[in-house]
Amino acid sequence: MKRFDYVRPANIADAIEAGSAPGAAYLGAGTNLIDLMKGDVVRPDRIVDITRLPQLDAIEALPDGDFRVGALVRNADLAYHPDFAAKFPLVAEALLSGASAQLRNAATIGGNLLQRTRCRYFYDPASACNKRESGAGCDAIEGENRTHAILGWSKECTATHPSDLCVALAALDAVVEVEGASGRRDVPLVDLHRLPGDTPDRETDLAPGDLIVAIRLPAQSAGFARHARYLKIRERTSYAFAMVSAGAALEIENGAIRRARIALGAVAAKPWRAVAAEAALEGATPDTAAFERAADIALSDARASGDNAFKIDLARRVIVRALLRAAAGTPNRMPALPGSAFAPTAGELDHV
Amino acid sequence: MPLPLHLKINGASHEIDLDDPRVTLLDLLRERLYLTGTKKGCDRGQCGACTVLVDGRRINSCLALAVSMDGAEVTTIEGVADGDALHPVQQAFIEHDGFQCGFCTPGQIMSAIGLISEARAEGDAERVRELMSGNLCRCGAYAGITAAVLEAEQRITQAEKEKAA
Ligand SMILES: Cc1cc2nc3c(=O)[nH]c(=O)nc-3n(C[C@H](O)[C@H](O)[C@H](O)COP(=O)(O)OP(=O)(O)OC[C@H]3O[C@@H](n4cnc5c(N)ncnc54)[C@H](O)[C@@H]3O)c2cc1C
Ligand code: SF4
Ligand code: FES
Ligand code: FES
Repeated sequence: MKRFDYVRPANIADAIEAGSAPGAAYLGAGTNLIDLMKGDVVRPDRIVDITRLPQLDAIEALPDGDFRVGALVRNADLAYHPDFAAKFPLVAEALLSGASAQLRNAATIGGNLLQRTRCRYFYDPASACNKRESGAGCDAIEGENRTHAILGWSKECTATHPSDLCVALAALDAVVEVEGASGRRDVPLVDLHRLPGDTPDRETDLAPGDLIVAIRLPAQSAGFARHARYLKIRERTSYAFAMVSAGAALEIENGAIRRARIALGAVAAKPWRAVAAEAALEGATPDTAAFERAADIALSDARASGDNAFKIDLARRVIVRALLRAAAGTPNRMPALPGSAFAPTAGELDHV
Repeated sequence: MPLPLHLKINGASHEIDLDDPRVTLLDLLRERLYLTGTKKGCDRGQCGACTVLVDGRRINSCLALAVSMDGAEVTTIEGVADGDALHPVQQAFIEHDGFQCGFCTPGQIMSAIGLISEARAEGDAERVRELMSGNLCRCGAYAGITAAVLEAEQRITQAEKEKAA
């Protein structure tokens, strides 16, 4: 690990000033940043420890019904917050399907949003990687790429974004509050991460020094609370990143779908919201045929980027199954294995 | 410039002047304070051998910068027994054969103590397995580990109920 200066600013203004300097990086819990620094993948000159900043650790219901979650709230504390989890069970299930209990106890919401890809060539400084070093080439193209992107990728980079939380937030129209040198602004979560194009090293719409201060869930999205499920396919039961995941949320009225929300994880460099598929579900009867049609629409632009054509079929099935689960209803109690495939497809209410 | 650091570890106060901000909490415990009960498996958040409690919550000490923990109360495996009386989780691991080589055991026990205080498992073996999934055991002692955690959970909640009554 490269040596760095350590600063612990007392307020947001000082943090942004320190974080705007070239070579500076904000430190949340460090569960991604320190890992990357140990591997010499990321080599900051200065660590700006934001964990003591005041007023960034609250979960609040705002007067208009929106929920606001400070960037320093720990992943576990959000997932287990009774009022929040009752209104946004999709977010709770996505969070609890990720990492381990220890990591969720430490990891912050802001850090989860900005965690980096798990592409193994990105993690290995001896490999060529356009994301790590612009113009260096991409060893994944000819390498181990079965976990890589099927949507929105480019020849320059086929990496995926690994966050589970972001999938749920994308589905539920979450907004990210960002503060930078020029003040505060709102960024819709679906616009936070970029597709690679020919600049895979530019991963987000944030400028140097931009600090995530909070996320907001709109009151409207609580309307999905009764029919919202996260499904995550992994190569082992728990403590593994997604191969493909989906968040599905429905509002059902008189036996017909009034509104639908679908987002996919681990298929692209950003959480992938499937807007056209959602539109196709409006007014439809919530059944397998409708869900299969929606899944086809969601994947219509998908292309294999390597040995991963199977992920297209997998994603299709994951969407259908997540929608079936959502239609069956949000369980009253968090399943023993959140987001897991190990549950019956029908009668989802009493699964696991 | 040395970085002053105050930590309470297993009840004792430590004033430390860190000469290097790169030191993780795990390396501080093992290499500088000689509390080698906490183990280093992967050093990358993937195995749970380094699990300790910070302000009562279980975390991976290998990914925590020591200097960022300033002011925290840390509990390690060295701090859980009461003199010669083992912690109920330690006792249950022995009774249920919750280990073979023992390398992962300090992390398993600290994780189990954290799990029990989080109170989410509610006596359900599937929930215990899921909530212990951050602790790998190369010897595959999982069956004994799950049984030990379930028994310790029951004993601890029972004792707390009796105390409250
Ligand atoms: C073994 C392992 C398994 C995992 N499994 C999963 C999984 O299954 N699903 C999943 O979703 N995640 C998983 N994770 C990733 C984990 O969720 C992230 O590491 C964690 O959420 C990052 O949060 P942090 O607070 O530790 O961020 P840090 O590591 O401190 O920071 C991450 C990045 O965000 C920046 N940053 C942090 N906070 C802010 C802020 N407020 N404003 C601006 N920039 C900021 C940092 O500079 C850094 O670049 C896993 C991690 C490990 C180690
Ligand atoms: S896929 Fe992207 S992150 Fe992976 S090696 Fe290629 S450029 Fe780097
Ligand atoms: S040593 Fe920390 S998780 Fe493996
Ligand atoms: S007892 Fe040997 S690794 Fe768990």
